[in-house]
Amino acid sequence: MELLSGADMIARFLKDEGVERIYGYPGGAALHIYDALFRQDSVQHILVRHEQAATHAADGYARASGKPGVVLVTSGPGATNAVTGIATAYMDSIPMVVLCGQVASHLIGEDAFQETDIVGVTRPIVKHSFSIRHPSQIPEVLKKAFYLAATGRPGPVVVDIPKDMTAPTERYEYVYPKKVKIRSYNPVTRGHSGQIRKAVDMMLKARRPVFYTGGGVVTGGASEALTDLVQRLGFPITTTLMGIGGYPQGDRQSLGWLGMHGSYEANMAMHHADLIVAIGARFDDRVTNNTSKFCPTAKIVHVDIDPSSISKTVRADVPIVGAAGSVINEMISLVQEREATNAEALGEWWKSIEGWRGEREGKLYEPSKPGEALKPQEVVEAVYRATRGEAFVTTDVGQHQMFAAQYYKFAKPNRFITSGGLGTMGFGFPAAMGVKLGYPQDDVVCFTGEGSFQMMMQELSTCKQFDVGVKIVNLNNGSLGMVRQWQDLNYKSRHAHSYMESLPDFAKLIEAYGFTAITVKTHEELAPALERAFADTNELVFLDIYVDPFEHVYPMQVPLGSMRDMLLSKTERT
Amino acid sequence: MRHIISILLENEPGALSRVVGLFSQRNFNIETLNVAPTEDPSLSRLTVTTVGDDRVIEQITKHLNKLIDVVKLVDLTEGNHIERELMLVKVKALGAARDEVKRTADIFRAQVVDVTPSVYTVQITGDAGKLDAFVQAMAPIGILEVARTGVSGIARGDKLLTL
Repeated sequence: MELLSGADMIARFLKDEGVERIYGYPGGAALHIYDALFRQDSVQHILVRHEQAATHAADGYARASGKPGVVLVTSGPGATNAVTGIATAYMDSIPMVVLCGQVASHLIGEDAFQETDIVGVTRPIVKHSFSIRHPSQIPEVLKKAFYLAATGRPGPVVVDIPKDMTAPTERYEYVYPKKVKIRSYNPVTRGHSGQIRKAVDMMLKARRPVFYTGGGVVTGGASEALTDLVQRLGFPITTTLMGIGGYPQGDRQSLGWLGMHGSYEANMAMHHADLIVAIGARFDDRVTNNTSKFCPTAKIVHVDIDPSSISKTVRADVPIVGAAGSVINEMISLVQEREATNAEALGEWWKSIEGWRGEREGKLYEPSKPGEALKPQEVVEAVYRATRGEAFVTTDVGQHQMFAAQYYKFAKPNRFITSGGLGTMGFGFPAAMGVKLGYPQDDVVCFTGEGSFQMMMQELSTCKQFDVGVKIVNLNNGSLGMVRQWQDLNYKSRHAHSYMESLPDFAKLIEAYGFTAITVKTHEELAPALERAFADTNELVFLDIYVDPFEHVYPMQVPLGSMRDMLLSKTERT
Repeated sequence: MRHIISILLENEPGALSRVVGLFSQRNFNIETLNVAPTEDPSLSRLTVTTVGDDRVIEQITKHLNKLIDVVKLVDLTEGNHIERELMLVKVKALGAARDEVKRTADIFRAQVVDVTPSVYTVQITGDAGKLDAFVQAMAPIGILEVARTGVSGIARGDKLLTL
C-alpha cells in the first residue's frame, strides 16, 4: 500500500493518467501541489505569464490532440483569471481539466485572503465541477474529472482543492482508479437505428441535399468516416467554422464553410436545399441568420451527441442522438446495401452549385499590385503556400480570423484552432503555444491582429523560457478591423474606439524578448519575409504585416435575413 | 402550459445551485421549487413547476438531464399524477371574523393549528388551485402572512421515479 499526501497524489495521478504537460501559475493555495510537481519529472509544467494564457494553451493543445488540456492555478485571482479560458473551452466543447487551489477548508466562507467561490463563479461555464472534501477522494475525483471532460460532449471540468487537502503531513492510500462510473452520466454513443434508417432513406431520395457538419465531427474523430460517406453519396458539404477540416476543403464536393462570413455557394446551397444533414453542429445564430427564414424548403436531419442541441433553435425532422462517428458508420453500411442516390436530380443540383461557384470566382477580393498595400486575404494565401497547407493555424478574433478561415484551405481536422463560440480575443497566441509544445515538429502559425495580440502578448516571455517556436502573423490594419467594419456598415463610419492609437513598435517589442521580427509594408516585401520566417520551424518569428485598413470581410449575411441574403462586397449584394 | 417536473438529484454540495442556476442562465422560469431528502440518503427529490410551450419544456428537461448531478427526472404533467402543496396562513381573527375564518377553513378542509386572541394560523393542503382559492376567500377577512411549500407531486398508479 502506498501512502501519499494529497499534493503527491495529484502529481502521481497526472502521471498515471498519461498527462505529459500542464500549464499553470503558482500561488499560496497551490504551493503544496507545486512542491509535489518539483519533486517529480514525469509531468512538465509550463509557467505562463497570466492564467488566462494557461487555459488557452491547454485548450489549443486539446483541440490539436483531442486529449484533455490540463491547467493548474491558485485560488482567488489565479482562478478568476482562468475564467475566460474556461468559458472559451465550454462554448466550443473542448476537453479541459482545471485544478484550482483554494483557501484551507476552515477559512472557506470567511472572505479569506485570495478566496473566491470559483465553483460558483464558473458554474454556468463548466461541464461539471468538484470540490475536494477529503484528501483520500483525490484520485477518484480527478479520474471523474478527466472522464467527464473527455467523453460525451466534451467540456471543461473545474476541481477546487482547498490547501489543507494537499498538506504534506497528511498521507493516505493511493491507488490509480482504472475505471470510473458515474450513475447519472451515461453518454449515448450509438444512434437509434430506426432513425438512422429513416435519415438514409431521405438522403437517397433527396434532390438537393447538403451536408452541414460541425465541431462534433472534428472532436469526435469522425472526419475519415464523414469523408467516406460524403464521397459515396456525391453530395455537397459545408462545415461550420468549428467543423473546418472535418472534410478536406480542397475537394470538389466541399463548399467551404457557411454562415455570417461563409462562402456564397455554401449559403446559397443551404437556402435552396431540400435536405440538410447536420452532424455535430448546433445551428448557431452565426450560421442560421434569421431562423424563421432559415432554409425554407429543407427537411432537417440532425445528428448530435448532446440531445439539448437538437431542436434548440431549429426544429429537426429526424433527430438522432449519438456520436458522429458511430452514426456516420451506420449510415455508410446502410448506403452500401441500398440503391443509388437520385443521380439525375443530383446532377441538376450540382449545376446550380457550380453556377453559384462560378459567379464569385475571381471576385472575392482585389489583390494588391506592386507598390500597393497588401490585402489581408493575399497574406493568408501566401502563408498557406509557404506552409504547403500543412500548418496548425490558430487565430485570434476579428477580421483576420475570418480571412484565415476563408483563405487557408484545410485538408485535415484539428488543424484550424479558433475560438468560435465565445469569440475570445487573446486566444490565438497562447493556443499556438500549447499546440507547438505538443507538436514541436510542425509549423504552428497564429494569425492575429494588433488588438488581439496585445491582450496576451506577455506570453512572449513564456515562449522565451520554453523555447516555443510559433510564427505570429500580425495583420496590422491599425484598427479593430471587425468593429470598424460594423461601424462602417451600421454607424455611418463613426469609428468609436476602434482605432488603435499609440500602437507599439512591434518589431522592437519582439526584439526586446530576443526574438526575430520582420516588418512588411509593401507587396514586394512579403515573399522574402515569409521565406525567412518559415526557414526554421523552431524559431519564433513575428511578422508585422501592414495591410489595407479599409478592407471588409465578405460575404457577410444581412442581419435578420435568410441564408442567401448577403453583402458580397462594398457595392454588391444578393 | 404549466408543467411539474420531479427530479432525483445527487445529495451533493452545490447540486441544488446547478439546477437553480440553469433556470436563470437559460432564461427558463421557475414558479415553485420544493426540495427534500428521500428515503435514500444519497438522493434528494426536487420538484419544480414551470411554464412554457412544448419547445421550452423539451429544452428544460434536456438541459436538466445534462446536469451531472441529475440522476433521473419526470415531467409529471405528461401523465396522471397527484399534486400537493402545503400552506400556512395567518389570518386576522377578531370579533365576527373569528367564526368566518373557522367556517371558511372548514369548507376548504383546512385546520386551525395555532390560535391567539387576534390571530388564527390555518394549515391547508391541496393542489395549487385550491390553495389559490383559499387565499382569495380569506383575503377580504385579512391575511397577515402566507407560507407555501411549493408543489410536490407523484405519478398515479404503478409508475415510479426511482433508480
